[in-house]
Amino acid sequence: MKSSRREAIAALVGLPALSAFLGACRRNQVGAPFGGVIAGADVLRGHRIRTGELLSRPVARRESVGAAILGAGISGLSAAWTLARAGFTDFRIYELEDAPGGNARSGENAVSPFPWGAHYVPVPLYGNPALELLLSEVGALTGRTPDGEPEWAEEMLCAEPEERLWFRGLWYEGLYPRAGASRQDREELSRFEREMLRFAAIRDGKGRRAFAIPRRRSSDDAEWTVLDRISMREWLTRSGFSGARLFWFAEYATRDDFGSSLDDTSAWAGIHYFASRLRGVSPDGPFEEPASFLTWPEGNGRLVKRLVQAAGGRIVCGAVVFDVVPKAEGATLRWLDVPRNEVVEVTARHVVYALPRYTAAKVLAPWREDPPAFLRSFEYAPWLVANLTLSGRPADRGFPLCWDNVLYDSRGLGYVVATHQGDRGHGPTVLTYYLVFAGEEPRKAREKLLSATWRELADAVLADLSRAHPDLPALVTNVDVFLWGHAMARPHPGFVWHPDRTALEQPVGRIRFAHADASGLPLFEEAQDAGVRAAEAILAEEGERFTSLLG
Amino acid sequence: MTASPVRPGPVYLAVLVIATCGLVYELVAGALASYLLGDTVTQFSLVIGMYLTAMGAGAWLSKFVERGVARRFVEAEIAVAFLGGFSAPILSFAFLSPRWFHPVFYGLVFATGTLVGLEIPLLLRLLRTSVAFKDLVAQVLTFDYLGAFAASILFPLVFVPRLGLFRTSLFFGLLNIVVAFATIRIFRHEIGPPGGLVAKAALVGVLLLAGFAGADRLSDIAEEQQYADEVLFAKSSPYQRVVLTRNKAGFQLFLNGHLQFSSVDEYRYHEALVHPAFGVVPGARRVAVLGGGDGLAVREVLRYPSVDEITLVDLDPMVTRLARENPLFVSLNEGSLLSPKVTIVNDDAMKWLEKGTDLYDLVFVDFPDPSSFSVGKLYTRHFYGRLKRRLAPDGAFAVQATSPLFARKSFWIIDRTIEASGFETRPYHAAVPSFGEWGYVLAAPRAFEIPARLTPGLRFLSDETLAAMFSFGPDMARLEAPVNRLHDQVLVRTYESEWRKFD
Repeated sequence: MKSSRREAIAALVGLPALSAFLGACRRNQVGAPFGGVIAGADVLRGHRIRTGELLSRPVARRESVGAAILGAGISGLSAAWTLARAGFTDFRIYELEDAPGGNARSGENAVSPFPWGAHYVPVPLYGNPALELLLSEVGALTGRTPDGEPEWAEEMLCAEPEERLWFRGLWYEGLYPRAGASRQDREELSRFEREMLRFAAIRDGKGRRAFAIPRRRSSDDAEWTVLDRISMREWLTRSGFSGARLFWFAEYATRDDFGSSLDDTSAWAGIHYFASRLRGVSPDGPFEEPASFLTWPEGNGRLVKRLVQAAGGRIVCGAVVFDVVPKAEGATLRWLDVPRNEVVEVTARHVVYALPRYTAAKVLAPWREDPPAFLRSFEYAPWLVANLTLSGRPADRGFPLCWDNVLYDSRGLGYVVATHQGDRGHGPTVLTYYLVFAGEEPRKAREKLLSATWRELADAVLADLSRAHPDLPALVTNVDVFLWGHAMARPHPGFVWHPDRTALEQPVGRIRFAHADASGLPLFEEAQDAGVRAAEAILAEEGERFTSLLG
Repeated sequence: MTASPVRPGPVYLAVLVIATCGLVYELVAGALASYLLGDTVTQFSLVIGMYLTAMGAGAWLSKFVERGVARRFVEAEIAVAFLGGFSAPILSFAFLSPRWFHPVFYGLVFATGTLVGLEIPLLLRLLRTSVAFKDLVAQVLTFDYLGAFAASILFPLVFVPRLGLFRTSLFFGLLNIVVAFATIRIFRHEIGPPGGLVAKAALVGVLLLAGFAGADRLSDIAEEQQYADEVLFAKSSPYQRVVLTRNKAGFQLFLNGHLQFSSVDEYRYHEALVHPAFGVVPGARRVAVLGGGDGLAVREVLRYPSVDEITLVDLDPMVTRLARENPLFVSLNEGSLLSPKVTIVNDDAMKWLEKGTDLYDLVFVDFPDPSSFSVGKLYTRHFYGRLKRRLAPDGAFAVQATSPLFARKSFWIIDRTIEASGFETRPYHAAVPSFGEWGYVLAAPRAFEIPARLTPGLRFLSDETLAAMFSFGPDMARLEAPVNRLHDQVLVRTYESEWRKFD
């Protein structure tokens, strides 16, 4: 096998790094020493909505439900969780895919469970009742100290070592490229951190933070929201930052959280990434550590599991909802039952529209005729996620294997290690690799992704990682690739606080919009908050008694 | 001495070879620099630039060679063979020292380049009388460039994949030696008695051959230099490097280069780890030993007839097998791991604690020092919390807790972490010459008294000295210390910075 030859060569050379070079020389000759598939959203199902072909299909059966929830991503599942908590069980979730979870879906093999998308949640630093409740249900929030501070399960907080960066041939701790940084670079970083702390410490006249999670708790004073109109790059430049290292560091954050470059990210959203994760006790106080992460081998799949359990079997997968018509007493909707290949019509008193917003132009009847202009502003970054199963750990030069491992000179975002929590440091593991097409026209990137073969994608992933891990090809036993055509809406300049976008958050009759898209920031907390809000509005309208989870 | 005509054919062949060698050394340096330092474009540009400059310097220097041109050429050839041939090993060992890498790297590139730059001008002068000048220049440069071409093709496609970088550079060093010998023969009339030259060439040739044969062993050699004594056993398990050494006084076990015990004084360490805890839980029946695959703590536990079950949990089967089968081990641990009371579990201690539910009267925690994050997790509040669930309500446990003298804060972090996990602690210490002043923490999930009496017949501990072990002098006294947690492994960082001062 080629892989063992490579290993032998690497051993001969005595310098593992060199075999990256060899790998590069011989990439074209390599056979297929490992297996794998392309997993991912079923492009064809979505496509059937786009063509409108389903609209003329006859209805095979009819059903009625109190609340129809469209989409079993975090938002739809959270709506269901909220309804179920209040004892309102007359709901059903319709999910296009064969499994619930949306961007937080996960998988599992003989080695470990692993994420297919979102893989962590920062601990809420300044209260978030819905999130805290969910986290206590999964055992992550174990109690409170006498002064009311939440106590987190140590084994679910991201274990040390947390992050490292492959930079100039060595691994370094942390994500900022510190090695060889000049005094000016270091001063810029500390000024940047000071600026973020200052933003985190802002409270407006109503006591609201300028940058809060969830977003709706942020101040809407123009003083801060005006930052949404310029790009993060422009803000950095205007603020006098110029070092390549700081720009890289800031862009890593926007690529990682939003799938967008510094130019494609609104300054408000870019600052939000940093400032919302600090307590912001005092702008002049000591530097604060950003919020710790909660993470699990299957990523946010752990939270999905709990939410699915709460939905209690009311999830219909393989359900392609293609038409939603608002009515005086609710809505009717039609969906294609994929396994039976028949169309079902549903009469619902309430609808939670927890699908990505771009779909509404094809699904929501009034918008099919006359789509709101702002819908076109939703831009979705395509992502590639690959899960690499390894027979052992790659050799390292520098700081040891972390949870998050990032390569400086890479278009990829690096990888997280599924077995990191409670890891023994040896033996087989699963690496989850993320690649986002930031700074590229989404449609072109999407086409490029969807037209590639598994072999090409897997080789591209290995080629990227082999620069830091020359021995990787010899360790890989499987590479599964997941393509997210429309992973998340980019908070580009003018997006988050645009009045037309916030207007789109308003319900259409009894159709309420959930989904992270409703907030403009692609975050777990936003998705959950939107779902909880939609469900609480339904509960209020139904006259149910419930305690609100909205802080 | 007058120059006599020579047949130019073999000399052209030599030009081809030395040109190939010259470019190979340049490529070796470029490849190493770009993979060790990254930033390929910069590294290759720098190497090529410096190398060409050095060659220019060599060409310029050639004019200072007035007499004995052939002899100087052979000497240059031998020097190139040595520097170029060993360039890959030298550079990769130099990389281990961040301070020296750059000077060594650029020094080596420049020296090799200068010597290579000397070669062609000297050869041209040697052939001057045998060949017409226009033919000479045409031929020599043709072969020079052909050699460069050969190197650029063969280096990435044949040599590095087949031989690896070490052997490639050593191999081309040998080719330079072959050229040296050939030149000595071709220009024997000019060189005169070649005795010294032949000896030098042969010496470098033998060194290169030895390097070539032992390229795989180079890393092993580096390892063995760490150990002063005879290495009896050295193997890598999936988890660690296990090395057993012996000297006059006894034998020693190293894991990943860290001394685990020396047979001379390990009894001090293990008596101190085990016996005080038995003073707290005198009738202990069920005992677990976590880590300690060497069976030495188990030996001490077996002194108590009340104990009828011992579970030894050690990650590495290689260590527990050594402890059961190696005669040196078996005589030292008195065959403790062969006792029917002992069950050996090769598993991660954290996982083992989480998996089971049965309770133990005494637990001894004997892990390596927290020098890495993967060991550091076995010193966290989470770990002690899991341990608490496996401890009988009237049980106790003892932990080896590194040196309160060399790593004072680390020691008190461990104590503080155990306390924060819901235990009463009684830290203590003992002198173990191989390690220095060593620390332990005795802990129980309830209030308890420092033990006053020990089992009789011990070599090191006695009732009289016991109380002193629990008091700390000013240089080891308690410090304010944070709690070590999985997501904030303050212990590993502290430990590393404290020991750095002594290493």
